[in-house]
Amino acid sequence: MVVTNIEIIPGKRIVEHLGLVQGSSVRAKHVGRDIMASFKNIFGGELKGYTELLQESREEAMDRMIQQAEAVGANAVLNVRFSTSSVAAGAAELFAYGTAVVLE
Amino acid sequence: MVDLIVFITLLALGYGFGRYAETRHYKSIIAREKELQNIPVIASKFLPVRDKPSDAALVSGSVVISVDYFKRFLAGLRNLVGGRVTSYETLVDRARREAILRMKEEAKALGAHMVFNVKLETSSIHKGRRNAVGSVEVLAYGTALTKHR
Repeated sequence: MVVTNIEIIPGKRIVEHLGLVQGSSVRAKHVGRDIMASFKNIFGGELKGYTELLQESREEAMDRMIQQAEAVGANAVLNVRFSTSSVAAGAAELFAYGTAVVLE
Repeated sequence: MVDLIVFITLLALGYGFGRYAETRHYKSIIAREKELQNIPVIASKFLPVRDKPSDAALVSGSVVISVDYFKRFLAGLRNLVGGRVTSYETLVDRARREAILRMKEEAKALGAHMVFNVKLETSSIHKGRRNAVGSVEVLAYGTALTKHR
């Protein structure tokens, strides 16, 4: 599975467009992490727990998008975009979408 | 009285640790930016015309950075008179540069020679009291191009 955020793959031809595929994930960290984060709000600096949270949800959103692409018979997802939003305090939503295509 | 003491202690702690963390972070950002200078990051959408086809893969980097208590207090004061909120400017600057650096590190691990169509996504996960922005999260992503061997 080739996943990129450009519209063409250099040196390869797109045979078929299969439409939009998407995946999203909403995640939260346990309370301990939230408490650590509120301490960090006093001292400043990176919130490692939340960075991790973001990474996990990004991977999960991508996985779901790829699963959907496989289900429609694509072998590549082009023009992928990410979008983030906060649903509640301490929870993050990550949404990934792209065009499923068949490459030769 | 106790409240005042707590407040001043928090301000002092925020000032001390925040300043230390920021200086250290900027140092590391500058050092790593120099190291990764040979991988250009390009925001344009269309690929350059080149004779050799390359492999493409999605790379991304993300970071969540929080502002310290002292700076948040300063920003609150700034809200009264208006103007540039410098304390938040350095926060988002650090977050963006760090996210781009992490993306570049991932690209370097893949052996890429450039990163194309870079997009930056910013939002805040954690909101402090009275909806004040406590921390900012930045996600940078793009397509890493690797030359065919």
